[in-house]
Amino acid sequence: MGPTPHIAVIGGGSTGAGIARDLAMRGLDVTLVEQGNLTHGTTGRMHGLLHSGGRYAVSDQASATECIEENRVLRDIASHCVEMTGGLFVKRPEDSEEYFQKKLSGCEECGIPAEVVSGEEARAMEPHLAKDIDKAISVPDGAIDPFRLVVANAASAQEHGARIETHSKVTDLLVESGEVVGIEVEHDSGPGKRVHGTEGGTEQIRADYVVNATGAWAGRIGDMAGLDIEVRPSKGVMTIMNIRQVDTVINRCRPKGDADIVVPHETTAILGTTDEEVEDPEDYPEEQWEVDMMIDTLSELVPMLDEARTIRSFWGVRPLYEPPDVGSDDPTDITRDFFLLDHDERDDLPGMTSIVGGKFTTYRMMGEQISDHVCGKFGIDADCRTADEPLPGSEDFSVLRDYMDEFGLRSPIGRRSVERLGSRADEVLKTDGPNPTVCECEGVTRAEIQDAIEGSGSDLNAVRIRTRASMGNCQGGFCSHRMASELHSEYDESIVREAWDELLQERWKGQRHALWGEQLSQAALNYALHATTQNRDQDPADGEPVDFSAFDTGHSQAGGVDSADVAADGGTDGY
Amino acid sequence: MAIESEVLVIGGGLGGLTSALAAAREGADVRLVSYKQSTLRQASGLVDVLGYTPDGDGPLTNPYEAIPSLPESHPYRKVGVQTVRDALSLFDDAVPTYEGEHTETNALLPTHGGSIKPTARYPAGASAGLASDTRDTLLVGIEEMVDFDAPHVAAHLDATGVPFDVRGETIRFPGDLRADAKVTRYAKLLDTNSEVAVRGRMVPAREALAQRVNPLLEDEDRVGFPAILGDDNPGAIRDALGDRLGVDVFEVPMGPPSLPGLRLEDALFAALDEAGASIETGNPVVDFEGEDRIEKVFIEKNGAKIPNSADQYVLATGGFVGKGVESDREGVYEPIFDCHVPHAEDRYDWFEGQLFGDHEFARYGVATDDDLRPLDASEHSEFENLRAAGSVLGGYDFAAEKSGSGVSIATGYAAGQRAAQEAR
Repeated sequence: MGPTPHIAVIGGGSTGAGIARDLAMRGLDVTLVEQGNLTHGTTGRMHGLLHSGGRYAVSDQASATECIEENRVLRDIASHCVEMTGGLFVKRPEDSEEYFQKKLSGCEECGIPAEVVSGEEARAMEPHLAKDIDKAISVPDGAIDPFRLVVANAASAQEHGARIETHSKVTDLLVESGEVVGIEVEHDSGPGKRVHGTEGGTEQIRADYVVNATGAWAGRIGDMAGLDIEVRPSKGVMTIMNIRQVDTVINRCRPKGDADIVVPHETTAILGTTDEEVEDPEDYPEEQWEVDMMIDTLSELVPMLDEARTIRSFWGVRPLYEPPDVGSDDPTDITRDFFLLDHDERDDLPGMTSIVGGKFTTYRMMGEQISDHVCGKFGIDADCRTADEPLPGSEDFSVLRDYMDEFGLRSPIGRRSVERLGSRADEVLKTDGPNPTVCECEGVTRAEIQDAIEGSGSDLNAVRIRTRASMGNCQGGFCSHRMASELHSEYDESIVREAWDELLQERWKGQRHALWGEQLSQAALNYALHATTQNRDQDPADGEPVDFSAFDTGHSQAGGVDSADVAADGGTDGY
Repeated sequence: MAIESEVLVIGGGLGGLTSALAAAREGADVRLVSYKQSTLRQASGLVDVLGYTPDGDGPLTNPYEAIPSLPESHPYRKVGVQTVRDALSLFDDAVPTYEGEHTETNALLPTHGGSIKPTARYPAGASAGLASDTRDTLLVGIEEMVDFDAPHVAAHLDATGVPFDVRGETIRFPGDLRADAKVTRYAKLLDTNSEVAVRGRMVPAREALAQRVNPLLEDEDRVGFPAILGDDNPGAIRDALGDRLGVDVFEVPMGPPSLPGLRLEDALFAALDEAGASIETGNPVVDFEGEDRIEKVFIEKNGAKIPNSADQYVLATGGFVGKGVESDREGVYEPIFDCHVPHAEDRYDWFEGQLFGDHEFARYGVATDDDLRPLDASEHSEFENLRAAGSVLGGYDFAAEKSGSGVSIATGYAAGQRAAQEAR
């Protein structure tokens, strides 16, 4: 064992990235591997709620207390990822008064600032709330961008010397003499496929310790060393609206139930969710009734949702875990607490710990505890600094500066860019060339796209999560080819084309669950733009060679300067 | 008192305009009403007839030969192949600035994404860019224009196997336009040929543009630009650039807002005006009266409902994109006359999992008899004096087939002509 232990962290979600940052800041050597993009799993499929803890204030007070604590930390260290919208727990006439009072006192007991507001006051805050809402409890819920947060954690880890490998799937755990000594990964990359950090191929990464932070996939990793890790994946649907019907997080104040939250998120509002146990974290049904239930049930709180435009739906899987002796039947009964499974203590297999359960809001705290645990293994005495040091983008950040003049950007686009980039705005937006808007729905400029490409290579879905480009109303219909073009200066045409197709298909996948009304019109337009105008569906570059000589060569070809043009005399009405 | 005409066409896109033109040329008193801007501004401006069969065979060299083998539900089968030819003749006559009428063979045109597509008619401005033409090509992109990255388009075109060398260069457009200027700003500057500052000297815009391109030109015989070369005077602009560069100049069709689409729309409105039709744009048809026969329709104008009555009606309001066909979570419908739109009950059957899958929604629209009268669920005509034309028709996937313009022109022609004949 060298002087500095090398830790392999598996999983590029919030937990894995948080652990990688923490360990790297404490001076350890870290390699983080992720099978897809950063946030590919559960983290990229959440509703973007920064919990105040109010949600757990009755059922799970330990979690609630942790949430409010971390809520305050994240506002501080990740200000460019957080929008403090505030939240309301609203009570409909048919909801129980007793529970409302329990929620209120629960918040007080957990140190969550909470205040009762009348129905009128709640509607003054949120005019689209249902007329018959009785009253509400206001709490400091917020919205948080999980993509930006995880990317910032990974960037910080990198700054502290960590190696971050995306699109690298763990294919085996290396076990020697009854001890985990590393991992084997397959890099899904290289020319012709996708180009980012490393060329494609298999790599054995030897490590002094392995942390399995793969959430719902933890059981899969455990299987590779014959370990039994019983994660209970539970799926939940989220439906994205094309505008923010509300600017405050709206929770339904009742014990538990599906479809009880609306989170305003950037330009959208996200409706959530359901809680249903599934067998396989990657293969489970995504059904129409789930989407319909979101809209129908949440319309009881915000009636206009019934007529509103949805742009897509997506499903996430929670990595629920409970110790083997509890045995809950209903996934909503399973604690949201997290568990640290030391496989030496638990299974007599030293060299690895798994972390399961937990919540996005407390990712940093989980990272801290895991890092303490790992450091303990090596007798390293180093303090955790992740609660105090701002993430890249959140250092000394003020949106009040006049970026419009400085970067020649028009007001709404400039403001949004700067909000997304935080303290990195200068570095990213100061370019030599012109900086046109590439994605109009989300106001993303060329400079931001180029910055994301620099950070993530040719994967346009990775560019998307870093910038929000293609995540608005048109779902890539107007901008996917533009994003692809931005790759071209650096990557070969075939790689660009593949990345473009991959992005378009990913955007289509979620939109399928929103194909009626306006979004079906949009989808029909996108389909026409790509198939009719561009012929992307029958592109000869992807298919059979074409016999060009069999087609029209024009009747004016030999005529020099356009002899057939009726306006060749300089007339004013030619085409 | 209602505003009266013999034929009332609802919709100002390619189908509606062709309908009204055909009816007017039959001698009928025609009125065309359209609500929103037509989807022509979103289309490339190319006029496709049929590029691929519903099974995906193609690109087809001769679209007319393939029409008799199309499914019976296809609009081309309703009107017949000779009508398609006649309709294209009407188009050629009304829009003489288009080419391709010298042959029944499809042309292949480069797209702004770098692919090529089969089409039957193309604007004169695109004609020097044909992909079957073997002359070497330089594509010029504008630094600020994110829709056309010339080096990428050139590399992609090369990958399609085009029979010529193609290169892309990027320039800064003269005249200090804002980084996200609309294409119409570029067009306007070239149309007016206003002077722009080039290294402290004032130079007319067309000359300034040629000066930027000239040093980039190697041995190429033709130069392609994105379709921004003027709105009012495109021919003169191309000539001016061509003269100064000593090559043929062409435009590559673009996505929305599409200047070639807008120019085509203008040309058709002008032809319709000349044919003596009355035209009203900007107000929606919101209601109608009538049982088996439509008596009148109501146009909403400043809150008032203005009755318009006619002997014959043509519904050319577009498909999902143009909002002539609409949907909600429960089903698919035609919003003005509530004509039946056949569709699967479960909305998850409307589409496929792959973006370019065999989507049912792409074929949704009204079904008609051979006289283009919309049919109800029991296959009886909805109204005896209503015909439908263009994308409001079901039974074909224009995007996959590359048949949108052809179907609009052919069914518009047939519906307009028959409506006029019946009204007389």
